[in-house]
This record gives sequence, C-alpha cells and structure tokens, in this order.
Amino acid sequence: MNLHLEPRVDAPRWFSPVMTLAAVVFALIVSGIILWFVGGDPVRAFVHIAEVAFGSIGAISDTLVKATPLILTGLGVSLAFRMRLWNIGAEGQFLLGAWGASAIVLFPILPAGTPGVIVIPAMMVAGALAGGAWGFIPGILRARLGVNEIITSLMLNYIALSWIQYWVFGPWSEGGFQETKTFPPEAWLPRLTDFAAQFPILGGLTVHLGLIFGIVLAAIMWVALERTRWGYEIKLIGDNPRAARYAGIDIARKILIVFVISGALAGLGGMSEVTGVVHRLQDRISPGYGFTAIIIAYLARFGPFRVIIASILFGGLILAGREIQPSGIPAMVQGIVLFSIIGSDVLVRYRIRFERHLVTT
Amino acid sequence: MTSLASAPIPALEARGIVKAFPGIVANDHVDFDVRVGEIHALLGENGAGKSTLVNILSGMYRPDAGQILLDGAPVTFRSPREAIAAGVGMVHQHFTLVPSQTVTENILLGLKRPRFLLRSKRSEAEIGALAEQFGLRVDPGAKIWQLSVGEQQRVEILKMLYRGARILILDEPTAVLAPQEVEELERTMRTMILSGHSIVFISHKLTEVLAVADRITVMRRGKVTAAAIPAAGTSKADLTSRMVGRAVIEMPERPPFQPGPVVLSVKDIHADGDRGLPALRGVSLDVRAGEIVGIAAVAGNGQTELAQVITAMRACRGSVTIGGVEVANGSSGHAIALGVAHVPEDRTGVGSAPNLSVTDNLIMKRYKEAPVAHGWFMDDPAARTIAEDLRTSFSITTPSIDTQVRLLSGGNLQRLILAREIDAGPKVMVAAQPTRGLDVGAIEAIHRILFERRAEGTAILLISEDLDELLAVADRVDVMYEGRIAGSFPAATADIHEIGLLMTGGG
Repeated sequence: MNLHLEPRVDAPRWFSPVMTLAAVVFALIVSGIILWFVGGDPVRAFVHIAEVAFGSIGAISDTLVKATPLILTGLGVSLAFRMRLWNIGAEGQFLLGAWGASAIVLFPILPAGTPGVIVIPAMMVAGALAGGAWGFIPGILRARLGVNEIITSLMLNYIALSWIQYWVFGPWSEGGFQETKTFPPEAWLPRLTDFAAQFPILGGLTVHLGLIFGIVLAAIMWVALERTRWGYEIKLIGDNPRAARYAGIDIARKILIVFVISGALAGLGGMSEVTGVVHRLQDRISPGYGFTAIIIAYLARFGPFRVIIASILFGGLILAGREIQPSGIPAMVQGIVLFSIIGSDVLVRYRIRFERHLVTT
Repeated sequence: MTSLASAPIPALEARGIVKAFPGIVANDHVDFDVRVGEIHALLGENGAGKSTLVNILSGMYRPDAGQILLDGAPVTFRSPREAIAAGVGMVHQHFTLVPSQTVTENILLGLKRPRFLLRSKRSEAEIGALAEQFGLRVDPGAKIWQLSVGEQQRVEILKMLYRGARILILDEPTAVLAPQEVEELERTMRTMILSGHSIVFISHKLTEVLAVADRITVMRRGKVTAAAIPAAGTSKADLTSRMVGRAVIEMPERPPFQPGPVVLSVKDIHADGDRGLPALRGVSLDVRAGEIVGIAAVAGNGQTELAQVITAMRACRGSVTIGGVEVANGSSGHAIALGVAHVPEDRTGVGSAPNLSVTDNLIMKRYKEAPVAHGWFMDDPAARTIAEDLRTSFSITTPSIDTQVRLLSGGNLQRLILAREIDAGPKVMVAAQPTRGLDVGAIEAIHRILFERRAEGTAILLISEDLDELLAVADRVDVMYEGRIAGSFPAATADIHEIGLLMTGGG
C-alpha cells in the first residue's frame, strides 16, 4: 500500500468542525486505551470526569470558574495565532496582569476604602496594561528587529514568574508566607453566591464576573475579526505577509498592536483570577492556563466563540484532574487532544489516497 | 536535424491518457510519443493540459486511464524518482535548487552515491566533463545563488543528465532566458539529441518551436488538436489557430502615441537586493502620462528591485516622485493612495493571498475606502458586488467569488490581479512580467488592457523579458544591466539584436 496526499480543493463548510470533533473523540479513545493499559477502567474514568465537571449545577459553576481564565488567555492566543504571530507568552502575560491588578490595592495605588465601582475598573485597566506591556516586549522586538517571538515570549514567562515571586516573597508577603494579604472586599469581582441572600438557589455558586468579561470580549473580537477592516488586515497578514505589505498594510505596526492586545487579554485573565477567585496574589496563581490556552486556541481553530466552548471542556478536565488518580491523566488527555487536533489539520487540507502497488510489467 | 528522428519504436509513448480533476478533464484520451534523437514540441494555451500530460510522463501524477510505454514496454511510474530511474527526467519551470550549496552539491543531492563522503573534487570533474559535452556552461564549484537564472536552468538540466535521463522534458525553458541564452539552449538541445537523447519541449513561443522542434503536437482543452506534425512546412498561423481555436491572433493595433506630462520620475536610485548586494546603481527614468516605457532585462539585473522601489516596497537612496510627490522610502499605502498600481512579478508570493477568496483578493487595494468600508466596518455585500462585476468584465474563470485563489489557473490569477490593479484607475502602473507563462489569447487580452490604460493617460512601466512583447507594446525601451540603464531606444526604431547584446552585458 502506498499513501498519497493530494490537496483538498472542494472541502464543504462542515468538514473542518467535524474533523475537529472526530479528533477529540479519537484522542479520548487513545487516552482510554492508555488508561486501560495502566490498569484503569476507561469508561468509569470518563464517566467520573464528566460527573465531576458537569454533573450538577455546582459542578458546572466550578467548571466555568476554571474556564474563565482559559477563555481570556485563549482569546489572546487565538488573536495572535490568526496572524501567525506565535505568542507563547500568555502565561507570563496572565501573571503580569494579576500583578498589575494586585498593585492597585497592594501598593496601594488607590487608597483603602475606595468603592468597588472604581477599584474594579482600575484593576481591569491595570491588569490589561501590565499584560499588554508584557506583550509589547516580544512585539516590538519582532516588529522592529525581526527577533523570533516564540523564543522571547516563552522566556518572558519565566521572568514574569520570578517577578511575581519577588513580590509575594518580598515586599507584599503576608507574614513571610508566599502570598499577599487578602484583598479588601471592594476589590473582589461579584460572584453568583454573593446574591444568595436574595436568590437562595445561587448559594455556593462561585462563577464570577470574569466569565462575562470573557463572553463580551469574545463577541467584540468576533465582530472585529469578521466585520472590520482591522480583521481583514489580520486575515491578509496571516495568509501572506508579503501580499499584505503589497496591499499597503504597515505590518510592523500591526504586529505590535496585536501582540499588545493579545497580552492585554491574557492580563485581564490574570486580573479576573486574582479578583474573582483567589482574592490575593500568589506565585502559584496559574496551573499553566497560558499554556493550556495554546491548546484551546488550536482546538477552537482561532474562533472566538469556539474558544469559549473549548475552554469549558478544558475547564472541566482541569477540575476533574484534582480527583482523578493517577493525577497525570487529564494532562495526558490534554496532550493527546492537542496532537490529534494538529494532526487532523492534515486531513482537513489534504485528501489521503491509498494506492495498491501496480507493479511494472 | 531529422537524421536520427525516424526510429520506429518511440523512446517514450503515452496512449489514451485520461486525467480528470474536480470540474475539469485535463487530459482526454491523449496520445503522444517522443522518438530517440528528436525534439518533440508540445504547444498549447494555459490549461490546455500540457503540464498534466508531462507530469504524468514524469511520474508526478497517475493517469486515470491510459498507458505509458518506455521503449515499447508498458511502465507505471509511481513517483518522479521512479521515472528518473527509468531515464525520464523533467526540468520544471520553477527550479528546485538549494541556493547556499554548490552546483555539484545540488546535483548530488538525493543520490545514493557517493554513499558517505562527498568527494567533491572528483564529482566536480565528472560534472564539469558532462557539462562540457553538452555545451552547458556552468562552474561546478559555484554556489547557486551566484548564478543567473539561465545558469541555474543549466544546473537543472545537468542534474537530470547526471541521473542518466535519456528523455528530458523541459517545461517552458525559454520563458526566463535572454535571446542569446535561448540560442545557447537550442544548441545544447541539438547536441543532446545527436547523442541519442530525446527531448519534450514545452513552449508558448512559436518562433522557437518552429526553429528547434522536429515534430509538434498541439493541445487544446485537454485534447490533441494537431498530432505530431512535422515542423518543416508548418506555419505560425496554422499552429496559432490550432492552439486557440480561431484563425488569426495579431498583436493589437498600437493606438497613436500622445504623451502628456511626466507622471513618474525616478532620479538616481540606488538600492540593495534581498541578499544585501547592490541591485540598483543609479537608475533614472521618466514616464509620461499615456506612455508605455519598457524595461528589457534578463532576470536578476535590478528590474524587480526597480518595481519595488517605485511601489515603496523597498528602501533606497534617491528620489521617486509620482506627480511631483515623493514616494521613495514611504509606505506602500502612500504610493497606492497616490495612484500607483503594481502587477508584481511574483503573482502567488506577492500579488495574492492564496487561501483567501477571490473577493478578498479583489478588494485588497481598496478595502479601506467606500463602498467596501464604512469607517472601521466592511460592507460585505458591497465587496461581493464589486467582485462579481470584475469577474464578469475581466472574464475571470472561477467556480465562484468565494473560491480560494490558489485554485485558479495562472492565467485567471493574472486576470484577477490586473482587474484589481486597473479597477483603481491608476495614474502610474508598474507591470512586471504581466504575460509570463500565459497563452496567446490571454497575452492579447493583457496587451489590449495596457493599451486602454495608455489611452486613458496612465503612465506605464512594463518590465518584461520578452523582447518581441516590449517592441510591440512599449513606446520606449530601456535596457537594464547590472542595476544600470544600459541603453534607451524608441521602440519604433529599436534593433532587437542591439538590445539583446546590451541585456547580456555586451555592446
């Protein structure tokens, strides 16, 4: 048998989403086989994952809490990837965003007792600015000097982590522990459970306003990408930068802007995490959201609304990860999903033909 | 030249070849053969099925039906590698050479021997001798990037000969060559057939075909319209009518020359090429409204860089003004806004975004303005209306305006680019190789379009390697050699041989 790849010229619209779905199913089957191989019961494991993640209102709420930082970082990564700008630095931008938001109440930049309607927007701006600044660095290096953004944005993740560690071990340390003091309640994003007094049904639901940020920003991003000149320019640069330049687009400027916005989205993710969930800054605030965001972006094929769906799936997987033994299983599933998705790309773009050997006579 | 061309069994034969692609039958029961020691020319418009046929002969594609016979015995090539092992080698229009390696290294690349050590001195000597034998002048130790396009082509031919190809398929080998280089290639081809090789020669240029071929096969829309007719006694007019399906194609009548004021003015431009070496060394020229100035040059003599400097896509020293406004070193957007249209030489790499739709590609130069954009927002229906209009008026053949342009044929892609550039109503138009690789009908259409723009008062700079085209279309021809203007001639009185000499550094 001989395997031939021919470019696919007539793929219908449904083909790409169906292939993505098939890739996820394939990944689950492969994961199941590995689970079975190490002595687990794959069916029970997956049923358990599904229950933990989506089995009740409370579980769904917890999943959405985990999905929120993924949505924001996933949007940031997707935006950059659409332009074939490989921002691997969402993790660092997320951390800087968390730091910037914390600075508002910890330096403090706004005096204690400032009402929430001022503190929260100030923290949003600070988080987005700090994340954006962290995106600006690889952005300007790439735009002006042509430095490979994969390396710089990746390395900046480690610098960001050290930066956070300096502040939580040093100036902002709460009694020598590696975390800051708890933020004042004005600096907490409202959660559903905060309204339990009026609506008892909401009791215990920790979904916070950050989810709304994610949904609203996804909608804005969709409009910007699909309906504006700006989105057209990104599409053109992503497909052929030389043609974009020929069309009169200032690519360097665009790289810088997109990197900053990408970083700002991830930074807002960090802000939402410290103000919506943790209520203080810790060095372990992210279990790798910025890296998972890369998988999310691919799974969503860089589509803003699809980022939300992918983030919820992965939010569930992360949540379940705390309860599944051995604990590496969800991480493994994530990895296999990424491989399958990227692999399925070949099938989306090419038709595979098997040919039997027709031996020369 | 027909002394050896009468062997009874063909070296390579295709019988009843059928190959269909989605929506098109590229080869519809095609018969073709090439004998030992002959040059068999394959003629046809773009999309006639020539490339499909030779790709089948050289193992790139598999036919849906039909048979290939080598020395009378049926064979199946599953890959170009198998074809070359059997002695069938193809030299593509686009070269597949590694620029940073030497000629010898490129020729040895992919071969199983020498197995471990490259004994380059010995291989170099071998290759040098082979080159000598066939009159392929090239230094085996030179790096590819140092070579001219003509020399690179010789390396490709050597690569095939070194691999033992007895049957060579040359896909439009003369498209990139200067007249003197064409003559040299013709001599090489004659040497090869004398030593028992067979050559399948694809070309659009009837003069060359008649000069060099023993037999000629013409294809049109996937079918053979003239099967292996002897070249002797065939006329250009006869071949043309078989190619395009109608009688006479004449160069459109050149309208009277009524130039206006200078619109494009280039003064003492110096610029570096992509490799950081000087590509332009003090070029000055003026183009007036309603004038077509032709630039004649062999590839790599600065004409590409000149086009890029004028369209503000390359940094330079010196001055380029459009209607008195400086554009050099500005943004390409500024040049576009001043009315500079650009038909780039590299249609797929620069002139279009391959995975975007016909519509997206057609609005590339006007997406910022009404009616396509209102402020920040794009008006999709308006863009589609424009795309449909241009598709109709420029006869762009495409399944729909949503089709990705990578699926368009070369001629249709070029029509799309021209449609977009002309639609802007340009004051200045830089057209680089606008007809390269296109068929007679498409070339005629493009020349008509250039004349229409000229009548409308556009200042046109036409860069071409085809001297016949330049002399027929341009009002003045400037010759470029090594980054300088080597001579300037009114087209009406220019001597093609003098221009050819200047293009190659003689004269």
